[in-house]
Amino acid sequence: MRKFDTKVQHLKYKVLREVARHAWNDTLLESLSDIPKTIVPGKKSTMRCCVYKERAILSERVKIAMGGDKNNPNVIEVIDIACDECPVGGYSVTEACRGCLAHRCEDVCKRGAITFDEHQKAHIDKSKCVECGACAKVCPYFAIINQKRPCESSCKVKAIKMNEDKAAVIDNEKCISCGACVYQCPFGAITDKSFILDVIDTIKKSEENQKYKVYAIVAPSISSQFTYAKLGNVISGIKKLGFYTVVEVALGADMVAYNEAKELAEKKALTSSCCPAFVSYIRKQFPGLENNISHNLSPMGTIAKYIKTKDPEAKVIFIGPCTAKKMEFQQEEVRPYVDSVLTFEELQALFDSKDIDITALPEDVLDNASYFGRIFARCGGLADAVQEGLKELGEEDFVLKAISCDGIEECRTALLKFSKGVLPENFIEGMACVGGCIGGAGCLTHGEKNKSEVDKYGREAYEKTISDAISQLK
Amino acid sequence: MKITVCIGSSCHLKGSRQVVEKLQKLVDEHNLKDKIILCGTFCMGNCQQGVCCTLDGKPYSLNEDNTEEFFFNEVLPNI
Repeated sequence: MRKFDTKVQHLKYKVLREVARHAWNDTLLESLSDIPKTIVPGKKSTMRCCVYKERAILSERVKIAMGGDKNNPNVIEVIDIACDECPVGGYSVTEACRGCLAHRCEDVCKRGAITFDEHQKAHIDKSKCVECGACAKVCPYFAIINQKRPCESSCKVKAIKMNEDKAAVIDNEKCISCGACVYQCPFGAITDKSFILDVIDTIKKSEENQKYKVYAIVAPSISSQFTYAKLGNVISGIKKLGFYTVVEVALGADMVAYNEAKELAEKKALTSSCCPAFVSYIRKQFPGLENNISHNLSPMGTIAKYIKTKDPEAKVIFIGPCTAKKMEFQQEEVRPYVDSVLTFEELQALFDSKDIDITALPEDVLDNASYFGRIFARCGGLADAVQEGLKELGEEDFVLKAISCDGIEECRTALLKFSKGVLPENFIEGMACVGGCIGGAGCLTHGEKNKSEVDKYGREAYEKTISDAISQLK
Repeated sequence: MKITVCIGSSCHLKGSRQVVEKLQKLVDEHNLKDKIILCGTFCMGNCQQGVCCTLDGKPYSLNEDNTEEFFFNEVLPNI
């Protein structure tokens, strides 16, 4: 049974689980300093130079699991002492160079940066090299490597630099909190702050949903997660944690698709507002396009607002794949509706902190939304839903020309064209994570089958049209 | 008078939309829009009895077939 993609995720999960376990039992404060030793017992190190460093880093992870640095507004944080200060040499020739005669590397280098020593072995002159990588591609021995920091190369908005001690630092002015670096750092040195303590507190103070009701709203990408169990087991598990009920965020997506279609027909050109990292990117890098961002709350905000109009005392917790949602829910326009945000990783930790084996639970049901609301979880789904929205609204004269941008690099290209007025399309669906939400940093696993799982889940929806799904929302 | 119909997952699968649509139609036909507030909620904690519904707080169990009966026997006489 494989719950996570990497050991880094597993380690983060163990910390979250232990912190949560103590929080449920009201023993967190007195047990804080024991948690690292619970996770790394004994004297032999398995991850770092010694167990003491391992435990020191774990103490930092515990702090982040408890909410992290309150003075840092960003939910993505670097653990300095965990950063391995990866080399940043760029292209260099390794021992694998055989000193051959062909010298393809020299031929292909347009800058004349390759020279040879007396043994015919290649060297790269860094003053001439522009890091194009052509030499590495042609070497028959794969002797030329590229040393780049995984965090920096994963960060497509170039928000990660290094400080004088060579540790990674995040530029909050540029960071969109997408979490790409969190997932990519092989040492787990960048991580997302957790609000599990707030969630546990909210559940406990509800006194079994008597004082107020705690609603879990789950993102449609959940259909591709928890692959070791059925979705119905997961829903039962969420309720067993103490949530009153579970509602699909996809129903909020249905509402958004309908309203976004209306807004698009009025304004004639629009970008989506569902992905908080994409919206943050527009605000930071293309402030001139602010008015073209759809004015709808995201599906999360929309469904939470609906729940709170029906039940003003309710507490609403979003559970999804996304670290940027942890920024979104703190914004002024969303804060009144969404009380906290959990990732799927954190949900798994919560299950295990209460020793809930979801596979042993009966299968509950989850069905509020239509096919179209559900496929928001993967790239292209939103555009399909807006097309359907236009059709169901009878706005068929308006011709939708959507561009679905898969990942923030594609978003950037489309936004650049849009800002110059040369984008042939009239609707930009922007997804900061490659693949859409199913590629989110808070996912347990990122598999090739995830997209088909989401489509399958979409087809299983009881309601087939957006209008039917939202017709009962009075 | 307030009628609340559960639109949570379990009741939704048992046909809450059809119940809501029927009630809306009946309310319209009897011109009771200003007298009856029809609203939805997620889960009333009694999923086995779905589609769960309350009339001024009193619980009822509805389905597509008994909605009309409910309207004529419980709603109309009490307006």
